[in-house]
Amino acid sequence: MKLRRPVLALLVLASLVSATSASAAKQDTSLSVVGYSIPTSVFPKLEAAYGNGVTFANSFAASEVQSKAVAAGLPADVVNFSITTDMDRLVNAKLVDKNWASNRYHGIVSKSVVVFVLRNGNPKHIKTWDDLVKPGVQVVFPNPFSSGGARWDVMAAYGSQLREHKTAAQAKAYLKQLFQHNVSQDTSGRNALNTFLSGKGDVLLDYESDAKLAQSQGKPVFYLIPKATLQIETPLAAVDGSNKAEAKTFVNWLYTPAAQRIWAENGFRPVDPTVAKRYKAQFPPRPQLFTIGYLGGWPRVDKTFFDPTNGVVAKIEQSLGVSTGG
Amino acid sequence: MIGKHAVRYGSLLYLAAILIAPVVLVFYRAFEHGPGPFWDAISNPAAVHALRLTLYVTLITVPLNTAFGILCGIAIVRHRIPGMGLVNAIVDLPLALSPVVVGLALYLLYGNDGWFGGFLHDHGFRVLFATPGIVLATLFISLPFVVREVVPVLREIGTDQEEAAATLGASAFTTFRRITFPAIRWAVAYGVVLTTARCLGEFGAVSVVSGGLAGRTQVLTQYVQASYENFDQTGAYAASVLLAGLAILTLLLMTVMKRGDRSS
Amino acid sequence: MFPLAVDAARFLPTARRRAVGAPALASGLALTYLSVIVLIPLAAIAAEGVQGGWQHFWEVAWNPEARAALKLTFAVSGIVVLVNAVTGTALAWTLVRDSFAGKSIVNALIDLPFALPTIVAGLTLLALYGPTGIVGVDIAFTRLGVLAALLFVTLPFVVRTVQPVLIELDREQEEAAASLGASRFHSFRSIVLPHLLPALLSGVALAFARAIGEFGAVILISGNLPFKTEVASLYVFQRLNSGDPQGASALALLMLVISFLVLLGVGGIRRWATRHDR
Repeated sequence: MKLRRPVLALLVLASLVSATSASAAKQDTSLSVVGYSIPTSVFPKLEAAYGNGVTFANSFAASEVQSKAVAAGLPADVVNFSITTDMDRLVNAKLVDKNWASNRYHGIVSKSVVVFVLRNGNPKHIKTWDDLVKPGVQVVFPNPFSSGGARWDVMAAYGSQLREHKTAAQAKAYLKQLFQHNVSQDTSGRNALNTFLSGKGDVLLDYESDAKLAQSQGKPVFYLIPKATLQIETPLAAVDGSNKAEAKTFVNWLYTPAAQRIWAENGFRPVDPTVAKRYKAQFPPRPQLFTIGYLGGWPRVDKTFFDPTNGVVAKIEQSLGVSTGG
Repeated sequence: MIGKHAVRYGSLLYLAAILIAPVVLVFYRAFEHGPGPFWDAISNPAAVHALRLTLYVTLITVPLNTAFGILCGIAIVRHRIPGMGLVNAIVDLPLALSPVVVGLALYLLYGNDGWFGGFLHDHGFRVLFATPGIVLATLFISLPFVVREVVPVLREIGTDQEEAAATLGASAFTTFRRITFPAIRWAVAYGVVLTTARCLGEFGAVSVVSGGLAGRTQVLTQYVQASYENFDQTGAYAASVLLAGLAILTLLLMTVMKRGDRSS
Repeated sequence: MFPLAVDAARFLPTARRRAVGAPALASGLALTYLSVIVLIPLAAIAAEGVQGGWQHFWEVAWNPEARAALKLTFAVSGIVVLVNAVTGTALAWTLVRDSFAGKSIVNALIDLPFALPTIVAGLTLLALYGPTGIVGVDIAFTRLGVLAALLFVTLPFVVRTVQPVLIELDREQEEAAASLGASRFHSFRSIVLPHLLPALLSGVALAFARAIGEFGAVILISGNLPFKTEVASLYVFQRLNSGDPQGASALALLMLVISFLVLLGVGGIRRWATRHDR
């Protein structure tokens, strides 16, 4: 039969392909890194510097999406989320040790701040939080029910009002105005950046690290750190599994000065104080910088603001007729 | 005469704008900065692995769906069981169904809380977020092609020769090997080409079930999306060129087979 | 001749079938495979979707965002199939009745959307008609972008169903009409079109089914803006990603039922078209 030869060729090819795949798997340890959407470019660099005969499989997407995926079975050895409540979900699912935050840095491997990303020339002269809610200004930030970055953005906005000595009620009213000026609800911080870069909106609320990446890629944008802004702290942990020891070694290495330097070179604020001092020029301090602790800590903030039915944000979105589901 | 030219040039212009121009642009953008960056983009480990995984899944899926396609085609046309008409409709369903729905179905079955997921997980067998899940998704969406090519041919050739063989004492398998299969071999070959193309290009269902771990469970189509979203335009276009090249190869094979069938 | 994706031979007379038994083993194996690969997964969607009762199903499937996604999906798909009915027939006509240099290449190219991965299609449309596109038009994040993506993936359907019928068509009647002075358009409308109608409708129905489910081509160019450019498949994807498989399943079940109805419709058209041959 004429088809016998092609079938034979197919089988030979198949065995070759599977043989090479199998052999590759047996040689090295393979760690899977599951992270939020922002450190997509920095992890390959960290992994290359780490070496040690370990191969890595990476996946980056919105923080809450990733956290739920890992809880649903996505194989992960190392996780780096945007907010600690996404880590708590895995602790509750018995996938991450409850002492994950017990090192010197409380489990936070890198920091950032919430910034305004603006188009070159800043045609609408946006400088302050109040400028965001001026008539005709379109603000881009992701969906708070899937993106950790969006939650940092919203709480930065809220906290900035408190810093201006406004009351909680006034701050909530400001949030409502902010949502009225929001023009898109991307799933993740990185998606929001891509939306902004493709021409939508006048200002993007984003991580400083993401903004720095966009600039280094030559995009026609710049960023501005508002006077009052929120310090972003991204948690990192090893996941209980067959590769836990190897994962823990990698996690510990990510705090060493060598690794922290790579974080800093790629736009993330290092947590190691000596490295931080060296890179002070790239990461200016802000006079009215505040942390999530100032606002009550993530567990309490999450419940008050981001509960999908009764949270402040859910109520705002319902009153504006926008979808609330994350 | 004007009408004729209007139809010709109008339709060709439409084709150019919607189809040809975009594909030409892919090649242009991939090689815009020269062959060096293109080669770097497709030889990085994640891209190589994505290509290998895609080919691996295809090499498993195509033979399975081909065997099923032939069996099912025979069953539908030479049916004994009533309700084969319904079977015919179900076989066609993957063509009309959104790939995301397919992925969701597999997620519901093989997720940790799924019908089979918990059981399989307890026995150390992971389906979702691993290669078996990708294979199952690809089997679903590429299921119809061989069946649909085989069925009309089987209908057309009728059963005379097969009946004659049976009266001469040939077994079912001999009848199949000597009479049925030679008659449908071009249909099978054509169906195999279509199935292969569909496997290589699958994206929606795989996006749901694979987890997209670069270097482990990320197929080439997902690599295109991930590169694009990570400002790696050259990488995205380079991988697209690979896929587009395979697509054009598929088109050539399809054209050759159409001619081959006509001549045989 | 093997028409792609649509068995156009269904619209031509079929050989009379005599029931020669297929080995029961063949049927049994085929049915088992079909169940494992297709039926059981689909049953899981149905089960998850109606979990909690019918009222809950409608609440979940009919929430504002889902409704908006469905409305948008149907509206854009409707326009797409109308455009395809015209352009597909025109392309088929050009390929069958016309002759020009490179026609065989064009004929082969028609199948490209079947062979090209949808994500690549979306990427290329974005490159051409997006913010950095060389044409100067920017339809990213707009419904026009969704339209363009769907036009790309549905291009072959009508062409490939109509083409074989045009090839088989006897031109005597058209020649007679021409000799009596009928215009080309008139003879097309009253002589050719009725013969094409079953194939045309079938191609339109399949294109519609394909359009409402499209995911890969749309995901990059649409921006997935809820209530604006979020189509049904993207909504299902997003719901699942947000840890709401039930919300995803409710809408997925709706889409499943619609797809099945479209297929039944195509089958019905085929039976109506070959009614005189049985």
